[in-house]
Amino acid sequence: MQLRLTDTSLRDGSHHKRHQFTVDDVRSVVAALDDAGVPVIEVAHGDGLGGSSFTYGFSLTPEQELIKAAAETARRARIAVLMLPGVGVKDDILVSRDNGASIVRIAAHCTEADVSVQHFELARAHGLETVGFLMMAHSQPPEALAKQARIMADAGCQCVYVVDSAGALVLEQVSDRVAALVAELGDDAQVGFHGHENLGLSVANSVAAARAGAAQIDGSARGFGAGAGNTPLEAFVGVCDKLGFSTGVDFFKIVDAAEDVVRPVMPEECLLDRMALVMGYAGVYSSFLKHAYAQAERYGVSGARILVRAGERKLVGGQEDQLIDIALELSREEAR
Amino acid sequence: MKAAIVGSGNIGTDLLHKLRRSPVLEPRWMVGIDPASEGLRRAASLGLEVSAGGTEWLLRQDELPDVVFEATSAAVHRANAPRYAEAGIRAIDLTPAAVGPYVVPPVNLGEHADAPNINLITCGGQATIPIVHAVSRVVPVSYAEVVASVASVSAGPGTRANIDEFTRTTSRGIEAIGGARRGKAIIVLNPADPPVVMRDTIFCAIPPDADPDPVTDSIARMEAEVRSYVPGFRLLGEPQFDPGRVAIFVEVAGAGDFLPAYAGNLDIMTAAATRVGEGIADAAAADRHVTA
Repeated sequence: MQLRLTDTSLRDGSHHKRHQFTVDDVRSVVAALDDAGVPVIEVAHGDGLGGSSFTYGFSLTPEQELIKAAAETARRARIAVLMLPGVGVKDDILVSRDNGASIVRIAAHCTEADVSVQHFELARAHGLETVGFLMMAHSQPPEALAKQARIMADAGCQCVYVVDSAGALVLEQVSDRVAALVAELGDDAQVGFHGHENLGLSVANSVAAARAGAAQIDGSARGFGAGAGNTPLEAFVGVCDKLGFSTGVDFFKIVDAAEDVVRPVMPEECLLDRMALVMGYAGVYSSFLKHAYAQAERYGVSGARILVRAGERKLVGGQEDQLIDIALELSREEAR
Repeated sequence: MKAAIVGSGNIGTDLLHKLRRSPVLEPRWMVGIDPASEGLRRAASLGLEVSAGGTEWLLRQDELPDVVFEATSAAVHRANAPRYAEAGIRAIDLTPAAVGPYVVPPVNLGEHADAPNINLITCGGQATIPIVHAVSRVVPVSYAEVVASVASVSAGPGTRANIDEFTRTTSRGIEAIGGARRGKAIIVLNPADPPVVMRDTIFCAIPPDADPDPVTDSIARMEAEVRSYVPGFRLLGEPQFDPGRVAIFVEVAGAGDFLPAYAGNLDIMTAAATRVGEGIADAAAADRHVTA
């Protein structure tokens, strides 16, 4: 089995680093991952192109400078960017292409695929490879996801990902969803899987996805990502070696890259702690984590309760602003 | 003032309910392009002259409206706008065509009450630009950012296919009408069931030493002004001040005229359109008075 891996440390990891990457961080991480044979490296603000904002956090370095530095540094690896319709706009995609990105990944909540149609059409018309993200995939059954995947594929998406944004999916729930997409898309588009570690299952879930027919898998060296982190890429590469799945990534080199290069760029390890577990358990968007900590501190309320209420309110990716409102609501309730 | 509604969909129908309550606007015609339209049937039952012959039919009538409300699409309005102008009919545009100046009633309706064509920006713009303006009229706003969260079921195919148009148009409105030096707009569609009521968050970057009291007071006055024509508009709690910024949380519930109450994003557009129509009628009446 042949799998194409995408490392998302420099995009999903942006959440964990509160969007404070420097050009040097990007150059060192890209050089190490590229040397290990990682074929695709994603670089962008955590919330995608144009994400630098009050709502999601301002970038220390303009993301286009980071994308440019990544493209200049990579010898073999291709640079991917992420964009969320409603946050970024088409011009952001074109600027990224000018700066050397060759793959664009368009992310929509998993019931709203039709907002991405214009962006897939634009990306394909400009010769970019396309990937579609169906975020918060735990919230919809396999058949519903497959219908949304069809909308993306018909718009020109070449690989649709089941994105476990909340790290809430468990084994068969992954394979059932991936299999439904594979059955729907056939030869029209590939299927991918993007996992989070919030229930401690990201590697196992990624194996389940591969066995169900996923051709592309995301991970982050050292798990550097939102929530409890993404699928630790070096662990997944090792597991693939054991299972006889071909990834083209050198196990020992990616292990060294994760430990010697990526870890020093991380502000701290990504932990499977109480807050992260609550996210996986309650089905909460992983990048809410740092915002929940910030609002818990600002308003003196429990971060875990903020996350639980975010789950109850069925917030979707992009609604980080509502965490402030939830913290205020909790502080009012506690004052009573 | 005699009014016509062009577009017989949900927006046109909700607008009709609001116009019928207006003391100064008289909805006389509704036109669409679908003979089987429920909207046309309902409008006819309320006594309007209706036709599926579209704008062509409307402009062929012996008696013409003083004002048309365009609830179709940007492309249709771009085609219709010069024909309304030629016939001397004022146009209030609920599409993103932006042929005429942007208007947010409590901010700049007075400046444009005699404009031949008025554009209502976007639902997110109508809900947030008054607040940005309320802040910028008392302290400098170097940057304003808004997040509009709307129920998936209230975002139609036009909005979905042109989501970039929403973000770009709203950003421009935040700058041009809101008074922020730089604007950014974000829209999030939430599919939760039961559908969520529209919510908007407005962040304004303000000087770190700005006095919060006049800002809070200005926002409260603006809330009252918007509520005078959008009763479901309300602040959620007090404005939140952090160093260099103020955050304001707003909910927009619809009046439930025709559209469901969660669709505050659509209600605020039909309410703003009605308010603009009344402003035009009042200005015209004052004009006649002066001339007499």
